[in-house]
Amino acid sequence: MNLTLKIWRQANVDAKGEMVTYSVAGVSPDMSFLEMMDMHNEQLIENGEDPVAFDHDCREGICGMCSMFINGEAHGPDRLVTTCQLHMRKFKDGDTITIEPFRANAFPVIKDLTVDRSAFDRIQQAGGFVSVNTSGNTQDANAIPIDKHDADKAFDAASCIGCGACVASCKNASAMLFVSAKVSQYALLPQGKVEATDRVLNMVNQMDEEGFGNCTNTGACEVECPKGISLENIARMNREYLAATLKG
Amino acid sequence: MISTTIARKVAMALSGLFLILFLGQHFTINITSVFSEKTFNFLSHFMGNNPVVQFVLQPILIFGVLFHFLMGFVLEYKNNRSRTTKYASFKGSANSSWLSRNMILSGIVVLSFLGLHFYDFWVPEMNYKYIEFLPKDPNRYYGELVHKFHSPVRVTIYSLSFVFLALHLYHGFASSFQSVGLNNKYTRGIKWFTVAFALLIPAGFIFIAIFHHLNG
Amino acid sequence: MAKLDSKIPAGSLSEKWTNHKSNINLVSPANKRLIDVIVVGTGLAGASASATLAELGYNVKTFCFQDSPRRAHSIAAQGGINAAKNYQGDGDSTYRLFYDTIKGGDYRSREANVYRLAEVSTNIIDQCVAQGVPFARDYGGLLDNRSFGGVLVSRTFYAKGQTGQQLLLGAYSAMNRQIGRGKIKMYNRHEMMDLVVVGGKARGIITRNLVNGEIERHSAHAVVIASGGYGNVFFLSTNAMGSNVSASWKIHKRGAHFANPCFTQIHPTCIPVSGEHQSKLTLMSESLRNDGRIWVPKKLEDVKAIRAGKLNPTEIAEEDRDYYLERRYPAFGNLVPRDVASRAAKERCDAGFGVNKTGEAVYLDFADAITRYGKEQAHVKGLDENDAALVKKLGQEVVRAKYGNLFQMYEKIVDQNPYETPMMIYPAVHYTMGGVWVDYNLMTSIPGCYAIGEANFSDHGANRLGASALMQGLADGYFVLPYTIGDYLADDIRTGPISTDSPEFEAAEKEVKKQIEAFINNKGKHSVDYYHKKLGKIMWDKCGMSRNEKGLKDAIEEIKALREDFYKNVKVPGTADEFNEQLAKAGRVADFLELGELFAKDALERTESCGGHFREESQTPEGEAMRDDKNFSFVSAWEYKGEPSKAKLHKEQLEYEEIEVKTRSYK
Repeated sequence: MNLTLKIWRQANVDAKGEMVTYSVAGVSPDMSFLEMMDMHNEQLIENGEDPVAFDHDCREGICGMCSMFINGEAHGPDRLVTTCQLHMRKFKDGDTITIEPFRANAFPVIKDLTVDRSAFDRIQQAGGFVSVNTSGNTQDANAIPIDKHDADKAFDAASCIGCGACVASCKNASAMLFVSAKVSQYALLPQGKVEATDRVLNMVNQMDEEGFGNCTNTGACEVECPKGISLENIARMNREYLAATLKG
Repeated sequence: MISTTIARKVAMALSGLFLILFLGQHFTINITSVFSEKTFNFLSHFMGNNPVVQFVLQPILIFGVLFHFLMGFVLEYKNNRSRTTKYASFKGSANSSWLSRNMILSGIVVLSFLGLHFYDFWVPEMNYKYIEFLPKDPNRYYGELVHKFHSPVRVTIYSLSFVFLALHLYHGFASSFQSVGLNNKYTRGIKWFTVAFALLIPAGFIFIAIFHHLNG
Repeated sequence: MAKLDSKIPAGSLSEKWTNHKSNINLVSPANKRLIDVIVVGTGLAGASASATLAELGYNVKTFCFQDSPRRAHSIAAQGGINAAKNYQGDGDSTYRLFYDTIKGGDYRSREANVYRLAEVSTNIIDQCVAQGVPFARDYGGLLDNRSFGGVLVSRTFYAKGQTGQQLLLGAYSAMNRQIGRGKIKMYNRHEMMDLVVVGGKARGIITRNLVNGEIERHSAHAVVIASGGYGNVFFLSTNAMGSNVSASWKIHKRGAHFANPCFTQIHPTCIPVSGEHQSKLTLMSESLRNDGRIWVPKKLEDVKAIRAGKLNPTEIAEEDRDYYLERRYPAFGNLVPRDVASRAAKERCDAGFGVNKTGEAVYLDFADAITRYGKEQAHVKGLDENDAALVKKLGQEVVRAKYGNLFQMYEKIVDQNPYETPMMIYPAVHYTMGGVWVDYNLMTSIPGCYAIGEANFSDHGANRLGASALMQGLADGYFVLPYTIGDYLADDIRTGPISTDSPEFEAAEKEVKKQIEAFINNKGKHSVDYYHKKLGKIMWDKCGMSRNEKGLKDAIEEIKALREDFYKNVKVPGTADEFNEQLAKAGRVADFLELGELFAKDALERTESCGGHFREESQTPEGEAMRDDKNFSFVSAWEYKGEPSKAKLHKEQLEYEEIEVKTRSYK
């Protein structure tokens, strides 16, 4: 396949960026999107040009590092995949593909398609944990049975990979799906319930401080989420937050 | 109090739900005009002269309207500022409805209609009752209503505004349940109800307008 | 260097760890505040160690090259984590876990370390549940278990196919709590470039800030390396693209022995290579072998028809299929350990029975499991067990609930529906049992420098059993290192802050800068990946699933030549003071080019077959691996002497007190 790529190039956080057009030939439909980008970079290096910087690591859809906004959608047109799992068979010969970084003011561009998502880390540091020390003798793991339905829901929420596709897809650059996934996971488990009040207040405050927008329930995040995290989590977080606020 | 994103979102939802409640009540009164001039006049007179309605509920309503649209603008502004470098290509249609992404647009249309409605109904009404102190006439309302729908231009504007209200409600009504934290096995049912409400109530208002236009 | 001292405590095996903990030196809480510890890497081992050290009161500085500690490749582990909880009541015990691990490792691991691992395994599960890790549960609300390869009990705890993710996020959350409290200072997007040794002790590291290229000095009273394995020396592996050997290799060059580099695990169930462009390989969890049956056609003409696209695997009759694992290993069948399963697949493919275009794939078939589960469900629901369509539907639902995410992953990559047609799999490089040599306290041969998790060598011998890597990473990080490190640091309570202005820091920084400048100024011809791919090919062809003397000798020469060419002709675009991925990669590949040679040298030296290391010269008449306990019951610990070819071998003799060393048999 031969393709035209329109890629956002930006030298560093302070530089002004622009879309640059490239053409790439000989793409195989079996390639993953990132392998296509690798190939393109090899060509750029060969021509003495600066390769396109993009984040990637595990290339199996679990580390959450890859983060491209492809043809107007986070992680491209396929569903329930990260960029690294997107394959070129989803495109046609002669296509023009627009590739941009995940955009949000809370995700400043480091270079080209690489953005700084440490805001997510800071939100987690504000309360995304259970305050238990690693003594190893807390209590037996089976001491508290957990309703399977709750455990399954907690698991579904916990499967968030922190890629930021929710923020990137949201017209408001809201991080509610991400934050609510963590809040939900712990709210659903007896181990996490103990400090639920402080957790939700602290995490939401940090989320606001980072400059993410507000949720307007468009549902884009749920659709674009590579792990299919449900909007139900946002409702649960709203509930938790209201309860926490009323509790004071 | 309303300093965090979630608090604002909940406030937006609650004020919206309050306005929906009002809308329902408004419709209930208006629709009587189709069946019974007498009932309509009676209810209108009651609403226009009962001190609780006039001096307690009316200010709350006005506050609700003001709050809802001011908060709407605040949210829109803040949300806009959370992504200042825009995408070159953003395919919102792939993952969300046009309605949900353009609440501000449908909201502004509804707001301008409210302006018109204010000018058309509320200002003359206030003038009648509290400035010129014209004598109370419990039977004037039906005639005024019918008179209003004489002009085809007004009926068109009126109908169009309700189309936008329907769009606004289509997303907003169901969305407000999610905002206050209700998302469970009843969500499907709620969704059905809100969609029906969003379509039927504005359609009803339009029906009233056209009915009186044709019969007036 | 003096003789290797593994510092195994005296006493009976089951009391060693308890006694050791009771007798080693401790640092008082007040003094812990005066001590800094550097941790490099934030996988299960690094994150759990950072969190625990910080909880204990040390000042921790943690480094990772990714944009967030949560990205470390432990996150990709799918199947599960072992623990001798015996919740299933199937006769599991600490001893049995210990025994299975030693046996699975083909009697090449250190007995005392493995016993300790089995001992603390149960604490890990308690700890993780307390942290809110959502393990799979049954309808009674209790934890569920499954069975893994090489084992006859169900002791594996899991969270769907995302166990590594959930455990890592648990450790990450524990870390976040300490970052929030200011006890851990986290450095994201920082690469460790060198270790600084002052007065014979590890006292700090030199790092490069990957965002702006700044070279930084960081000092501490101890340095912990938790940077994972070196599977990426093969270029294609199931490791993440960024996984590298550099931290381990740098400390090796500063005096830490590197142990058993040739012990590499080739995982049997990975998605086959699709073409030249391939950048990495994707693992399909070993748990699939619980329900999937592995086979190739019996007749070569069927193979040809399949490759030509004229025949569907589902059309091949039962009697024309060769379920070769069930045939060769009736006791364990499809659940033989990884090394055995991988070699068996290679044997069939080498014989010409590979089922894809490249001839390097075998089938993993779920049709039987679907029927079995479907009938079971039909029975439970009181439906017709003979209605094939219904049974299939019900069975698929069960399989979806168990492995849905893996099946989906397969479908996305291969574009085939594994519910309808068998999966194709082939072995791929997955884990490295070898690594930095450590003693019982997990300290390397450099005082004050520790290695934990996959980065060290100690627990898995020559082959790792499934679901043991997560166990080891967390055991080291949560329950071993934080205590043993105190024994060393107890002598450091009066040292005070370590200056970064010493000549040692100066010199190390200078060297790092020199290498970076050399790369940038080298106006060569080929990209870094060009060399990495070439190295990978040499490694896979000559140091892969089976090895022989000639191939290994060739490999050593070829790697040496490739390394020379690399320094002469590598082309690194951009500058040193910007976000430059190619530059970072160049440094990593440079280290792989040295490690690769040591790897081959180690494999050449070890003329026996054991675990993942299969020497063609050492096999039984039936083609099974043949160990040589008389001559090779030792750990090869290599000391750096200027270049890999000059590395000096130290042998740590392996002595088994509690276990009778036997020939491993899964028949």
